[in-house]
Amino acid sequence: MTAARWEHFPHEADMGVRGIGTSKAEAFEQAALAMTAVITEPSGVAAREAVAIRCEAPDDELLLVDWLNALIYEMATRGLLFGRFQVTLSDGGLDGTAWGERADVARHRPAVEIKGATYTALRVARENGEWIAQCIVDV
Amino acid sequence: MDITLFKRRSDYEWEIEPTGGMRVPGVIYASEALVREMDHKVYEQTVNVAALPGIVQASYAMPDAHWGYGFPIGGVAAFDPDEGGVVSAGGVGFDISCGVRCLHTGLTADDIRGVQKLLADTLYVRIPAGVGSTGRVHLNREEMDAMLTGGAKWAVDRGYGTAADLDRTEEHGQMRDARAANVSDRAKKRQQDEMGTLGSGNHYLEVQEVREIYDAKAAAAFGLKPGDAVVSIHCGSRGLGHQIGTEFLKKMAIAAGTYGIALPDRELACAPIHSPVGEEYLGAMRAGINCALANRQILTHLVRGVFADVLPQARLPLLYDVSHNTCKVEEHVVDGKPRRLFVHRKGATRAFGPGHPDVPEPLRAVGQPVLIGGSMGTGSYVLVGTKEAEARSFSSACHGAGRAMSRHQAYRTWKGRQVIDELAGRGILIRSPSSRGVAEEAPGAYKDVGAVVDAADAAGLARKVARLEPLVCVKG
Repeated sequence: MTAARWEHFPHEADMGVRGIGTSKAEAFEQAALAMTAVITEPSGVAAREAVAIRCEAPDDELLLVDWLNALIYEMATRGLLFGRFQVTLSDGGLDGTAWGERADVARHRPAVEIKGATYTALRVARENGEWIAQCIVDV
Repeated sequence: MDITLFKRRSDYEWEIEPTGGMRVPGVIYASEALVREMDHKVYEQTVNVAALPGIVQASYAMPDAHWGYGFPIGGVAAFDPDEGGVVSAGGVGFDISCGVRCLHTGLTADDIRGVQKLLADTLYVRIPAGVGSTGRVHLNREEMDAMLTGGAKWAVDRGYGTAADLDRTEEHGQMRDARAANVSDRAKKRQQDEMGTLGSGNHYLEVQEVREIYDAKAAAAFGLKPGDAVVSIHCGSRGLGHQIGTEFLKKMAIAAGTYGIALPDRELACAPIHSPVGEEYLGAMRAGINCALANRQILTHLVRGVFADVLPQARLPLLYDVSHNTCKVEEHVVDGKPRRLFVHRKGATRAFGPGHPDVPEPLRAVGQPVLIGGSMGTGSYVLVGTKEAEARSFSSACHGAGRAMSRHQAYRTWKGRQVIDELAGRGILIRSPSSRGVAEEAPGAYKDVGAVVDAADAAGLARKVARLEPLVCVKG
């Protein structure tokens, strides 16, 4: 078993985000970090504000998209970037917290905004003892 | 892509014969070289679209087609509501009515070169661009709804332009049958501070020089000649359109099963046109189109303000405004009979030919301008719609170069500073809040736009009129 981590995977026009964890919840947290990394370096985002997020969906994959889309909405409407996440999963539901701060163009140098999380390459699955949670985000 | 998967209809037309669940053939318009360069996903997605209920004639992909979600980017498909036809949120995309408008300036490129740096700096300061940028137009609930039903006409009514602008905008600047009530409060909240903003990614504002004319008659009708300076604006419906796309994609993904539609890919989420979800989406999507038209109109007003201060002799009438990501009700002749169809253009441009009543009267004899966006360092093109495109692609053409390289790879290949310096050496001034964004959008990350428009021209989708080269580019 390896440590939780995130990575990007290529898409012709947009960007694939993948979270890997020892639990499904951890993979969701890491996928959110991968999404932040599309915009800016996650370690450069201070945890000054906490935002609570609740999602419900009929399956794990739709739940992952809902989670990422809820974060996109909070970033867009509050002008925030998030650098730390905590997720608890229950039957069909997600309770999460995202910690971050207001986007500062000079300091964060954000590369691109994200329009939405898509169903393309969408997968939540257990592989070789690890959970992965991934999809393409439209930028 | 493997070229042997196709039946070659001509040098620029490649057919995927119907197999399995395909109700119609797939057709890709491109040169052999462009088809070979396309990702295999374009093939899969063209095939999947061909399997949707009520599709008419064929599932098309334009010469700039690339891997999208559900539909390929550069995908075109028309559906008949009376044959169970569907409307697809994925077939329109997240950036509803993202498009390009081109403005004359009445100036030459040499006039611009005299003040190029000042113009670039002033545009950069006064055109809100990039992540988190906000506009100066803040809408309360009542005005938001008025904007969503009024489009560019709403903007002009409030002083952001002239009636002549509306004459040169698709739908006369106002998409009919938009339903502000079908747009969620979340979507409206996301737009609250984003009117008159450019966005990021491949969106841009460019001051360009007309470098080459290919069709003297059409160029004269469009008012273009070599050495002229024009301004092009590429952006869309911002957060509101993105949120409408997000919400209806989920609604349709869940609803499709209840309508008995088997989706080969969740991104093809759709609903029958004659269904509560289908009609609700159409009302919201049309409101999204109006948001994009209003947004480009406000940006036009801001650009005119900059020119009034930097080059007061300039006049900036609109040449034309086209949309890329839409589903529109249009009449098309199929097998000799006119039919009312719902035409999805996902990363594709409407391209009505000469004589079409929806082409502005002064341009009607030559056809609709088709504005093809470039990528900072490469040229942009103005084309004109053809009569042949009616039968070939429901009057549709390509919309840009299309990416050739992922953002990931582009970021690893170039540094933003290096791209900016290299372009400055060629007389192109880039202004952007993000050097990483510039690296990801490096001209080399895109296909050769010249090869794409040559293919569109050769396939008869639209005819080349003029090539434009950038002088100043504000990137989001």
